[in-house]
Amino acid sequence: MLLLIAGAVTVLMVRNLFVATMLLGIVSFTMALIFISLDAVDVAFTESAVGAGISTVLYIGTLALVGAQEKERPKFAPVPLLICLAVGAALIFATFDMPPFGAADNPVHTHVAPRYVHVSPTEIGIPNMVASVLASYRGYDTFGEVTVIFTAGIAVLLILRQQRRRKGDADSDMVLLRDGLGGSLSGLGSAHDLIPHVIAKLLVPFIFLFGLYVQFHGDFGPGGGFQAGVIFAAGIILYALVFGLDFARSVINEKAILFLISIGVLLYGGVGVAGMLLGANFLDYNVLSSDPVAGQHLGILLVELGVGITVTAAMLAIFYAFVGRADLLISQQAEQEKNQ
Amino acid sequence: MILGLFNYWVFVILLMVGLYTVMSRSNLVKKMIGLSLFQISVFLFYISMGKISGGTAPIVVEDIPPGTEVFYSNPLPHVLILTAIVVGVATTALGLSLVVRIREAYGTIEEDDILEMEAKD
Repeated sequence: MLLLIAGAVTVLMVRNLFVATMLLGIVSFTMALIFISLDAVDVAFTESAVGAGISTVLYIGTLALVGAQEKERPKFAPVPLLICLAVGAALIFATFDMPPFGAADNPVHTHVAPRYVHVSPTEIGIPNMVASVLASYRGYDTFGEVTVIFTAGIAVLLILRQQRRRKGDADSDMVLLRDGLGGSLSGLGSAHDLIPHVIAKLLVPFIFLFGLYVQFHGDFGPGGGFQAGVIFAAGIILYALVFGLDFARSVINEKAILFLISIGVLLYGGVGVAGMLLGANFLDYNVLSSDPVAGQHLGILLVELGVGITVTAAMLAIFYAFVGRADLLISQQAEQEKNQ
Repeated sequence: MILGLFNYWVFVILLMVGLYTVMSRSNLVKKMIGLSLFQISVFLFYISMGKISGGTAPIVVEDIPPGTEVFYSNPLPHVLILTAIVVGVATTALGLSLVVRIREAYGTIEEDDILEMEAKD
């Protein structure tokens, strides 16, 4: 816990954004360990894959495009500090009214949670309560969240794939792309780095295998679509980082990704509509099979698959968009020079 | 009793650091990092609320020795935070892509400089 605070404060203090990003990854990973000690194994899974893995890669991708040095300026900012301290004081004061940590009769545990804990094993028939709440009881929310991820993926693609319209101001910042502050990320991974190549080749199949296990075993142990999605994406990103973007593109290209993003959402929605067609409510899985419990099984499996596909594809779309951006700019510049 | 609130205090401190980073730093990437810290602190808050002392992860334990009772921690906060983490990284990516575009349009990602340039125009 104290490690967390120390990490967070250093993130605030350090000037170099690259170092700040790495520290943020460490903070995330420590947080994942704390989640395990707080019994939240599913969350810990996700946090370590997302926080320490994918978001760090995204930050580094951004830094490669924008430069990693924060500008020197007076450090002390009194007004924000005052506001923060006021907020903090109010919250600390509020914690004294919080029920004691870990007591079984806290208000959180007395509302709907008992039903999830006691009824779901028989009603849904899968041991992992997190999965049954996620995909069945709160299926609407999860559908909304998948849609948010879908939208974010599309939005990033729209923002970063856009071509430059104004031609006049192109020169000033183009220079930066060449002088080491940024560069072509697709040239990543030279053919000479033997050790990363061998290690990555060994690791990637196991990452995929693990991803599949997490995806389809999510009903019984910790895991599910969200975790499996980020693990898959992390595997492909590792491959792209070590072997270069072009190789990764030949494995799964942008068109396939766009296709997959929509397939996942459609699969999720389709399961819901199938329930409706069979005469029940939207996302009611009981009718998918003659036996309600088997229907729930099938519904959850399909829905988690949809989630996994969308998450994988959205993460990859975001990654490709960031990495492909440098290439896009460089090729545009080359074209302009040719025209002149 | 006092130690019982320790998790919540860590949450508050992390939240303050995140908030301060967002408000006081003018570098846009640093602001995004501050937002991520803020996010992580809220995750900690939710998960802390779901914990039951002596409980176990909310996955059904099959062979319970007779006469003992198993407490499961509350699965609901876990579900909420699980999805929030993934949604969080998607929105962070959206923010970062906007930062990249701002860098291309203005040549800087320092908010002060951008505001100055806007004032001049």
